[in-house]
Amino acid sequence: MEFVLLIFLPVIFALFVPLAYKRIKGIHTGWFVLLVPLVLFGYYAGFLPLVMDGGHAISELQWIPSLGIVFTSYIDGLSLLFTLLITGIGSLVVLYSVFYMDSKKENLGSFYVYLLIFMTAMLGVVQSDNTMTLYLFWELTSISSFLLIGFWYTKDKSRFGALKSMMITVFGGLMMLGGFILLNIMGGTFSIRELIAQAPELANQPYFMLALVLILLGAFTKSAQFPFYIWLPDAMEAPTPVSAYLHSATMVKAGIYLVARFTPIFGSSSVWIWLVTGIGLLTLFWGSFFAVKQTDLKAILAFSTVSQLGLIMSLLGAGAISYHTTAAIFSFATYAAIFHLINHATFKGGLFMIAGIIDHETGTRDIRKLGGLMSIMPISFTVALIGSLSMAGLPPFNGFLSKEMFLESMAALQHFELYNFDTWGILFPIVAWIASVFTFTYSLYFVLKTFIGQKKFEQLPKQPHEAPIGMLAAPMILASLVIIIFFIPNLVGKWIIKPAVMAVQPTLYASPSAVDIHVKAWHGFGSVGLWLTVGVIVFGTLLYLTIPKWQPFYRIQPDRLSLNAGYDALMRGSERGMNRVSRLYMTGKIRTYLLYMFAFLSVSIIAVLFIKDAFIVDMNSFAAITLYGVLNGLVLLLSVGFVVFAKSRLAAIIALGGVGYSVALFFVIFKAPDLALTQLVIETVSVALFLLAFKHLPALQTHGETASHKVVNLIVSLSVGVMVTLVALSSHSQKLIPSISQYYKDTVATEAGGGNIVNVILVDYRGFDTLFEIAVLAIAGIAVLGMIRLRVSRKEPTDENK
Amino acid sequence: MKTNDVILQTATKVVFFIIFLFSVHIFFVGHYAPGGGFVGGLLTTGAIVLLLLAFDLKTIQQILPFNFTIVTAIGLVLALSTAGASIFFNVPFFTHAYDDFNLPLFGKTSLHTAMFFDSGVYLVVVGSAITIIQSIGGDD
Repeated sequence: MEFVLLIFLPVIFALFVPLAYKRIKGIHTGWFVLLVPLVLFGYYAGFLPLVMDGGHAISELQWIPSLGIVFTSYIDGLSLLFTLLITGIGSLVVLYSVFYMDSKKENLGSFYVYLLIFMTAMLGVVQSDNTMTLYLFWELTSISSFLLIGFWYTKDKSRFGALKSMMITVFGGLMMLGGFILLNIMGGTFSIRELIAQAPELANQPYFMLALVLILLGAFTKSAQFPFYIWLPDAMEAPTPVSAYLHSATMVKAGIYLVARFTPIFGSSSVWIWLVTGIGLLTLFWGSFFAVKQTDLKAILAFSTVSQLGLIMSLLGAGAISYHTTAAIFSFATYAAIFHLINHATFKGGLFMIAGIIDHETGTRDIRKLGGLMSIMPISFTVALIGSLSMAGLPPFNGFLSKEMFLESMAALQHFELYNFDTWGILFPIVAWIASVFTFTYSLYFVLKTFIGQKKFEQLPKQPHEAPIGMLAAPMILASLVIIIFFIPNLVGKWIIKPAVMAVQPTLYASPSAVDIHVKAWHGFGSVGLWLTVGVIVFGTLLYLTIPKWQPFYRIQPDRLSLNAGYDALMRGSERGMNRVSRLYMTGKIRTYLLYMFAFLSVSIIAVLFIKDAFIVDMNSFAAITLYGVLNGLVLLLSVGFVVFAKSRLAAIIALGGVGYSVALFFVIFKAPDLALTQLVIETVSVALFLLAFKHLPALQTHGETASHKVVNLIVSLSVGVMVTLVALSSHSQKLIPSISQYYKDTVATEAGGGNIVNVILVDYRGFDTLFEIAVLAIAGIAVLGMIRLRVSRKEPTDENK
Repeated sequence: MKTNDVILQTATKVVFFIIFLFSVHIFFVGHYAPGGGFVGGLLTTGAIVLLLLAFDLKTIQQILPFNFTIVTAIGLVLALSTAGASIFFNVPFFTHAYDDFNLPLFGKTSLHTAMFFDSGVYLVVVGSAITIIQSIGGDD
């Protein structure tokens, strides 16, 4: 079977969800949806033995073969790990949502459709080997996430959060698309595997650094790295199952996936190492530092997610160092990154679900109103405690293992002697350690403030009670995974992590078993990680106990200096700025627009004339000047002057007639009798028309024009006049090919049976033009008739609001 | 007080036919001498405008009981069908035919399908020009 089609299974299933929702009222729609991730999880788990041996599977579906764009399902260690996370946590989240989302109050049809679209998009992101389809699915995750965050679309905050996440992630997505296109220009292929194969040559290409930065922008915006993390806390307006699924376990890890996937291409660059490690560590610190400030349970978790994503990111950056040195500790970093990614998905998913349960059962998520829930919600408390302690990095939970590996990797960074790491490297373990202390503090803050302490039940909107077992099932499964992974880390490592590490660093390992890492909980007293962890626990506990004393210091930072305020100012400023700019030049006055057009025309054409050195006057091409010509020219100039300076409309009309008749005289002088005839009659008829319409016309008036307007008008009209004169002179002086008129002279009697060349040209040689000119004339006549007869607006004012 | 413009009206009655005949003349000589459908049409329009000036719109409507919009349409159809007729004789669109014929009364005469096309032009020019003048002039 072409298993690439399985990517589309959720979205195809989504077509039937509304049907099930409308027709089958008795059963919660979620139960049908649950089938999809379960089946997929089972199917993809079947790839585990193949991948464990270092193999991969690939299945393709041609989409646009001529452009090399193809849907692929490329299963190696990394994509299998993500696929299992997506389908596995997906199943648990759907199970949880069955109990969380009320089938009577919520529009479940849309909810599950969006969720299934998201699942397809995410599977596509992690399995695509083709950058273009990867981008397609990437944007689909942004769109489905937008729909899910704005699920309760009647709330202002939901819409704001949805728009914000959309703006930021789509910005990053577009940057990433640029990076992919640059990669295609350099490598000549959209296939990531083929790009990896030519990684050494790519590194010397001119666009390499630009592509690197653009792709990192995509990854950083999606994975909520500093300073793009600001969309994630606002995305917490989504229903809790969505927050648990998208904004902790899967979508925000798409950026991590991207970094891991492109490490073989970019990892050898120092900019990559510095950016990924540095931004990751900064995000880790920033997120953990500001998590303690939050009072909303989901906001604490959002900041903690930001911080943990930074941790994984920095580990991936450190892992890229293994391209430069053989020290085992850096391949260790990649292993730690993948390991922590799994751990984070398990404990953070569980914690989000608990936050949702608390919200569901007490009616609030405000940590200041909560407290003492332990005795009422013992199971939730246990699960939350397991998750929090794992997040804090305590044994016997899986977070302990990966946190310790993280600290050791960071400590090792200072020994890396390349790219200035020997001078600045010491900062890395220090920042990492401080961030870990804060992580410990907010983990305690989250669980203890909620479940222990004063009972303040009278303040709660609802009488609290333990959640139904169905709602607790998913977090309980995740919590038990947290503990199980602690006891069998090497089994997980062998089946899942090592193949993934091999996929991230394909050049370093021949097979997954070559990844020489054995995770131990106990490293002996000599280990750096142990003492750092002890320090984290001691200082973290101290900080937690003194929270009331130092939490007020967060208020020192004024609101208008935050990144959110920056985002708001950017949005508002660009809207207002654009408004102001367009109001500046879109005056709504036709004469302004005419000024632009004429000024642009004259300036550009005069400039072209002089740049191309095209202005030539050939005196020999001119005809002799006659007395009649000069006299008639003077009359013409005089009439034009009258038209321009006339004070009354009548004088202007008469002067215009003078212009028309002198032009007709010119036609006579230059031997064009047909033109002269037509011009005379047309002029007469049009002056008659002017006079007919005269009594309806308003008096000549100025439209608020000042003297400076007139000066500008004068300059522009002079320059247009100069431009036309110059063009006419030069084109007359440089005739490149002889005129066609000789042919007409020769054939007018023989071919067309006529004597008047002008008339024969009009009706015979080029009768087509005449046909459409009379059509124009007819249209003009009917238009005048229509305008005058059908003046609905003057008789009764139309009001579209009626 | 009603103005008595008997001189203008009497002169118009004579001059109109002179202008009209001149316009017919200029229309027919178009293929060999200056003139043609366009100028002919305009001259006819000028003659009718003279009538309009001398009398009033309603009188003219009675003298010339045509709907000039339909005149325009007939002109367009005539021009288009002259141009299109050539494709039935297996020659390209807009190919004219002409030849000399011995007609009774006229003797040897050159006839040309361009004349039909030019009549179309003539009718369109007269039709739309009068439509415009009538609708502007008749508007209150």
